[in-house]
Parts: sequence; C-alpha cells; structure tokens
Amino acid sequence: MAAFAIQAEGLSKQYRLGQHRHAYKTLREELGRATRALVRRNGDANGPGTIWALDDVSFEVEQGEVVGIVGRNGAGKTTLLKILSRITEPTRGYADLRGRIGSLLEVGTGFHPELTGRENVFLNGAILGMKRKEVARKFDEIIEFAGVEKFIDTPVKRYSSGMYVRLAFSVAAHLEPEILIVDEVLAVGDAEFQKRCLGRMDAIGKSGRTVIFVSHNMPTVTRLCQRAILLDRGRVVLDGRSEDVTAHYLHSDTGTSAHRTWPERAHAPGDDLIRLRSVRTVNTEGGTAHTVDIRRPVGIEITFDVLRSGPPVRPQVMITDESGLHSFNALDTDTRWQNSAEPGAYTSTAWVPGNLLNEGVVFVSVFVSTLSSQRTLQHVKERDIVSFQVADPLEGDSAKGEFAGRWAGVVSPLLEWTTDSVE
Amino acid sequence: MIEAGRKRATKPPTQPQTPPQQPEAQRLTRIKPSNRFFSLDLGELWRYRELGFILAWRDIKLRYKQTFLGAAWAIIQPVTTMVVMTLIFHQFLGINPEYHVPYVLFSYVGLLPWTYFNACLTQSSASIVGNSPLVTKVYFPRLLMPLASVISPLVDFFVASTILAGMFVYYRQAPHWHTIAAPVFMAIALMTALGLGLWFSALSVRYRDVPYALPFLTQLLFFMSPLVYPASDVPQRFRWLFALNPVTGVIDGMRWTVIGKGVPHYSVFGASAATGALILVSGLVFFRHTERSFADVI
Repeated sequence: MAAFAIQAEGLSKQYRLGQHRHAYKTLREELGRATRALVRRNGDANGPGTIWALDDVSFEVEQGEVVGIVGRNGAGKTTLLKILSRITEPTRGYADLRGRIGSLLEVGTGFHPELTGRENVFLNGAILGMKRKEVARKFDEIIEFAGVEKFIDTPVKRYSSGMYVRLAFSVAAHLEPEILIVDEVLAVGDAEFQKRCLGRMDAIGKSGRTVIFVSHNMPTVTRLCQRAILLDRGRVVLDGRSEDVTAHYLHSDTGTSAHRTWPERAHAPGDDLIRLRSVRTVNTEGGTAHTVDIRRPVGIEITFDVLRSGPPVRPQVMITDESGLHSFNALDTDTRWQNSAEPGAYTSTAWVPGNLLNEGVVFVSVFVSTLSSQRTLQHVKERDIVSFQVADPLEGDSAKGEFAGRWAGVVSPLLEWTTDSVE
Repeated sequence: MIEAGRKRATKPPTQPQTPPQQPEAQRLTRIKPSNRFFSLDLGELWRYRELGFILAWRDIKLRYKQTFLGAAWAIIQPVTTMVVMTLIFHQFLGINPEYHVPYVLFSYVGLLPWTYFNACLTQSSASIVGNSPLVTKVYFPRLLMPLASVISPLVDFFVASTILAGMFVYYRQAPHWHTIAAPVFMAIALMTALGLGLWFSALSVRYRDVPYALPFLTQLLFFMSPLVYPASDVPQRFRWLFALNPVTGVIDGMRWTVIGKGVPHYSVFGASAATGALILVSGLVFFRHTERSFADVI
C-alpha cells in the first residue's frame, strides 16, 4: 500500500464573526470592546459571535492521488485549502503532510507590474517555493510555455492581460512539489488557456504527485480526480469516487440544480442589452426535470429580457457530459430571431430528443449572443448553469437494451437495426 | 461491453513514478494549532533564505523605479536635511558642538545612521500590510518580510556615505581610525529599527492606526536624539532618559567612530545596546506570537 501524503485528523477552524476578511479595527474600537468585555465577562468560545468554518474534518490521501474538494460557497473549501497550505492555522486537530507542499491559490502571486517578465519569473518562483537554481534551469521552458520570449525584458505592466496570465501560470505549472494544492481560480482565462491549465494538472497528477484540487466545476473534478470529498457547512459529507460525489452534490440542494432564477435584474447574468431571468430543464409535462427518463425529450427553458432594440438575438445551449466533454451545441433557429429584437421578455426552449443523451449527469451552458453584420457579441455566457441526470429505467427499449452495466459514450442514440438471415 | 469511447483522463499508473527521492521529498510537516507561546524556528527561516534575499532584491529594485531622480534620492534627503539643520541650528541658533569639525560634518555623521534607522523602521513596519496579497495566498515564514525590508535602506546608506567621504576630502580631514567600529553602532540601529518594525508591522495587521502614529513617532525621535545638538549638551539630570533611547547611543557612537572625538560614556552605550536588544527580542516574541492570525485578520 502506498504511503500517505496527507493525513488530516479532526481539522477544525473557528472564526470570530467579522474576523474573517477586512476585520481590522482601530485601536479605539478595540479598547472599547475590551472595556465592555471586562464588564460583562463573556468568555464563551462557542458564543453567537463565532463560526466553525471547518468542523472535525478527517481524511487521508495517498501519494499520487488526485483528490477534488467540492462544496458550495462557504462550505469550508477555501479554509481547508488555506490550512493545508499553512497560510492559516487550524483551531483544533492536525494534518501531516509528506514532502514539499506547493500551493496555487492564485496565479501570479507577488507579480510586480514594474518588474520585467524575467524578474517576475524569479520572484514568483521563489514565492511559490522554488529554488533559484531550479527556476534558472527551467527558465527557458517557462517563457516558451508562456510564449512571451520577445517581451521577457519588458516590465509586465506593459503586457496584455493574456500575456500576464500566461506567464504567471507558466511559472506555477513548472512547480514540482510532492503535494500540490490548487484552487479553481487557476482555471481562469480563455478556453484555450483553461485547457492547457487542466492538461498540465492532469500531467502532474499522472507523474505520481499528490494533487488537492478545489473546484465548483463538476465536470473538471470528475475528469481530473479519481476521488472527491464533499464539504458542507465545514463537515465532510461524502468521500468517494468523484463521479458519485459530484452526482450527489449536484442533486442535493447544495449544488447547481435543474432550475436557476435571478429575481433581481441587477444581479442577473447579462448586460445592458440582455439579462437572464431563469434557466431550467423541463419535461414534456412542463415540470422542472431533475432526472429525465433516457427515452423522453427534455427541454432547456431560457427566460430572458431584451432591454432595448438591437441586432438579432441568438440563444444557444451547450451540452457537456460529466467528464467535461462537449456533447453538442445548438443555436435557436426560430425565425423570430431572424430580425432585430424588440424589447420584452422571452422564453426560448430547446428540446433535446429522447434516446440521445447517455446516462449520467448532463451540464447545460447557456449563451445569448447578438449577430450583426460586423460581429458576434456574447451577452450571456453561463457555463454549467443547470444540470440534470439522465437515467435509464432498464425496460429494454433504450440503446443498451437488456444490458444493465455502465454504458460508454457521450450519446446513446436508439438506432434502427435490421437483421437478415444469410445463407 | 463497449468501453472504448469512454474517456477517463485520470487513471493512476499502478506504480506511480515518484519524483527523485530528495530528503525534502519525504519530510513530514505537521500542521497543528501552535500551543507554544513562542518559537523562533530558525531552521524554517534558513530554508526560506532565498526568498528573503529575493524580497530584499525586489525592494532595492523597486525603490526608485519610475522616479525622475532615481537613486539620487538617497543623497538628496540627508544632504538637504543637513543644509537646513546647519542654517537653522548652527547659523541662526548658534549651536556649536565641541567636536572641532565643521557643523555640516557633525550633523551629517549623525544623519547617516538616523536616515538608515528611519527608513528601516518605516519599511519594516509597513512590510506585512504592504504585502498582504502574499500573506493571504502563500506560506512562508512571515519574519522574512520585515527582515528583507531592512536590507534595501542599507544600499541607501552606502550611497549617502559617499557624500561623507567627499566632505572629508573637501575639509582636508581623514576619518578617524575608530571608523572600523561603525558596524557595531549600525548594528544597534538595525536591531532597534527591526525590533520596532516587528512590533509595528504585527500591530498594523490588526490596527491601522500604525501608519498614522509612525511619522509622528519618528518626528519626536528626531528631536529626542542628539542630531542637531551634541549629547553632551543634554543636562546631566536628563542624561539617563536620553540614554534609554537607543538612537542616542548610535548617533553618539557614530560621531565618535568617524570624527574620533566625544567618547561615548559606557553607560550610555550600554543602555542603548540593552534597550535595542530588548526591543528586538520583545518584537520577535510579539511578532511570532501574533503571526498565526495574520492571514485571518489582515
């Protein structure tokens, strides 16, 4: 059996309410508080003023494992990450880590705009825990990966944001600790860049290093990690195969669901032309569909406001399976959208036919774009905004017939089979 | 069963190729609440020494970036102060210390360690809050930041010292051979500035009063240290109070080393060194004790 890389035992972290984030005080406030405390003597550590961001979290990670940490905002993911990265201390419990620890909670930590690319590579490398010699050895590789050879002696404040992020990521990607702790913020940037980040992480995991990966993005977790740990309100709810954990997460009330609404326009996705109101998956009876029979159609209902007249509007859906593979894209082809859009509220529903999607969790991304003669503009761009589960009731009339095991494939269309006897 | 199309990206290799076995690769780190009140952990500091140097190098590099006069600022500040001091205190108010050297020389020799002390104090006090993105995103011994910030003022000190050399040439004098003892007094200046810097940098994480209080404090210290007047002008009954200010010992001592006159009384030197050491040790204890909550509070 492989030796453990991380062993956490009863990790707990308590925050005083208001202590977390921007809680610095002036001396006067503190003196006032101290005086009041003297008068009242309220010493209860579990009082109403405290919160357990992590509560008795225990787990063990073997060397070479790639483990995803999932959970909604405030579930304690970041706190766990910060404890494992040694940025903050636990209140109780302990964790043993074997080997060097590299943590990437952000790309380009410590980058200074006035310094050149070259100088920043060395500075950032040292901050991430690399030795000078190590950075020097990998220097050419780093700038080549980032593709900024020509600008390496230019201050990074003159870089485009893309170049900046590429260089910053490239340094991080060449970090080679035994344990790598990564926050999902790494997966920023354009799609191409994201792919490279994830590819690199994949390679790191395969090289026998231990990776702890925190993410909101379930397809990425299922694709990168064999195992996932689900946190909710500071506790471990589930620890197991990443497919099982992500499926559980998506279908408990903690994750994304089959129905999302934005009651306040100001906080809804979109811009001054188009604002999303809601997205949900519906069955043929018109109800919200969390789980769909593999043989039945499922509709993706997008409700949005067009706030002013503008060029023709194109709602679009993108379907992704649980491993993050794009199944397909579809544009709304309704003739209504051939002409300029008039202000008002609209509901567009895309019907995915039955016997098309395979079993498993399906993620839906929604885009709303406008097409004018000059260019295409994306006004709404919501990835993996809703999800639903496709289930086969095993009645023998789907593509896998009587077969009851796992069925591979992005799609599972019911084909027409003809069989003739031959002599 | 059809399994070919299923793209599972991460199947762990059955025999993971572990990276080259360095001793560090197997080192066990235990993360737990620190119950001990204080531990210096010099080993940890040593392992991160390279980062300390890089942070110091960054400070030096950035110090005069995008300034028109650049490193000349290291000279302009003490020289201007010297000129103003000479005009007001020597010419107008008639302060004439018995060092048998021109007043400009007398004042500049005092201003050199003072400027260093002041810059160290200011920069180390701001080092934690000024680097808060680092504090909340990566681990390293936090002590590195105040430590690194006392290095770049040293560069300014050497730059400004060239003016002193120039003045000696101009007045056709030579620095006294005692000058070799200068590092001792600079060390007291560093110790005191770093100690205060540790206190203030740790305090400023929680109380943003520090940036307001600090310039006020250094202004008071300027007058309470023998910069414009010789220490011997201080009335006898206040001497002990002045000796408690480590900067007194530093300035007095620097004048003795460079000019060769005005031997500092051993009690003044002793008191300054002791106070400086006390400030440094207490600063270290306070800093190490509070640093565990830096990331939570900053």
